Amino acid sequence: MCTYLTEKIEVSGSGKGTGGWFTLTDATVYLDHPVHAPAEHTLNIDFLNPANGPSARVAVELTAESARALVQAIEATLASAPPGLV
Amino acid sequence: MDEALTAETITMTGHNGDEVEAYLAQPLGTDSFGGVVVIHHMPGYDGGTKEITRRFAAHGYAALMPNLYHRDAPGASSDDAAATARAKGGVPDERLVGDVRGAADYLRALDGANGKVGVIGYCSGGRQSFLAACSLPLDAAVDCYGAFVVGTPPEGMPLKVGPIAHLAPNLSCPLLGLFGAEDQYPSPEQVDELDKILIEAGKEHEFHSYQGAGHAFFSVDRPAYRVEAANDGWQKIWDFYGRYLAG
Repeated sequence: MCTYLTEKIEVSGSGKGTGGWFTLTDATVYLDHPVHAPAEHTLNIDFLNPANGPSARVAVELTAESARALVQAIEATLASAPPGLV
Repeated sequence: MDEALTAETITMTGHNGDEVEAYLAQPLGTDSFGGVVVIHHMPGYDGGTKEITRRFAAHGYAALMPNLYHRDAPGASSDDAAATARAKGGVPDERLVGDVRGAADYLRALDGANGKVGVIGYCSGGRQSFLAACSLPLDAAVDCYGAFVVGTPPEGMPLKVGPIAHLAPNLSCPLLGLFGAEDQYPSPEQVDELDKILIEAGKEHEFHSYQGAGHAFFSVDRPAYRVEAANDGWQKIWDFYGRYLAG
C-alpha cells in the first residue's frame, strides 16, 4: 500500500550525498514501498536540506527488523557515552 | 502490429497553465489511434512507469504520462522528487485533475488521434484515475489497486487526500478495476463496497481481483510482481481499451 505514514523532524548535523557533504536540517521517516530494497515495504529515512533542493538527500531503506536494530544501536551507543560527552 | 513506436520527453500545459514535464510514447505506422493518460504510482515518474507508457504505444495507443511531481522537484531524479512530494503530503486532487485534463487535451490534438482518451493509474494513481474519470469527460478508465477511493485513511495519517466514492454519480466513462485479493489498501471489502456504489449509481464497470496477488502486482521490478495476475490484467486492459478507445 501507499501509506503516506510520515514523521518529520528537524535535525542538526551533516550528511554525504551525491554532491558531497552538506548541512542537514530535516529528516523524514516513513513506511512505504522502497525504491531499491528487495521488500514490499521498508522503513525509509531521508536526511534532507530542503533549502538546497530535492537532491540534497541521503536516503536509506531498511527492513523493519533492521530499523529496530538501528534504533537500539543508536540508543545503546548514546547511553554508553562517557558523562558530559553528549 | 509490429510494435514500432517513438518515445520522448515533452512539455505539456497542466493545471493552472503550468508547464509540466511529461513522457510521450506514440505508435508508428498507424493512421488512427486512441490515447491513454498514464498516472504514475506514488514512487513517481520512474523507469518502470515509462516502460508501461511505451507498452501502450507498442499496442497502438498514444500514451502520455505527466510528471505529477514536476512542480515539487523540477529536474530532480524520480526518487528524490517522490521523497519531496510525499513530504508535502502528496499531489493535491485539484492539481491532478488539471494535469490529466492537460494531458488528455494534448493527446486529442496529436496528428492521427481518433479523439478518444482513456486514463490508467497505479497505486495512488488508481485513486487518481477514478478521480479524473469523475471530473473530466473521458472514454475509459482503469483503476489498478487504488486505495482510499472508499475507506477513510487511518487516524493520524498526514494524508492530504480523502475518500472520493461520493463522486461515483459523476463517472464519465466505463471503469475497469484490477485488484489484488491480498491487498489491504484497498481491501477486498473496500473493493466490494465500491462495486456496490457503482451498481447503485448505474455506472458501467468491471472489477477483477486476483488471488495470490497483493498491492502493486504489475510492478515487474518489485517483489510484489505476480506474473499470472499481471499477464491476465494486461489482457483485460487490452480488451477494455479495445472496446472503448481503439482507432
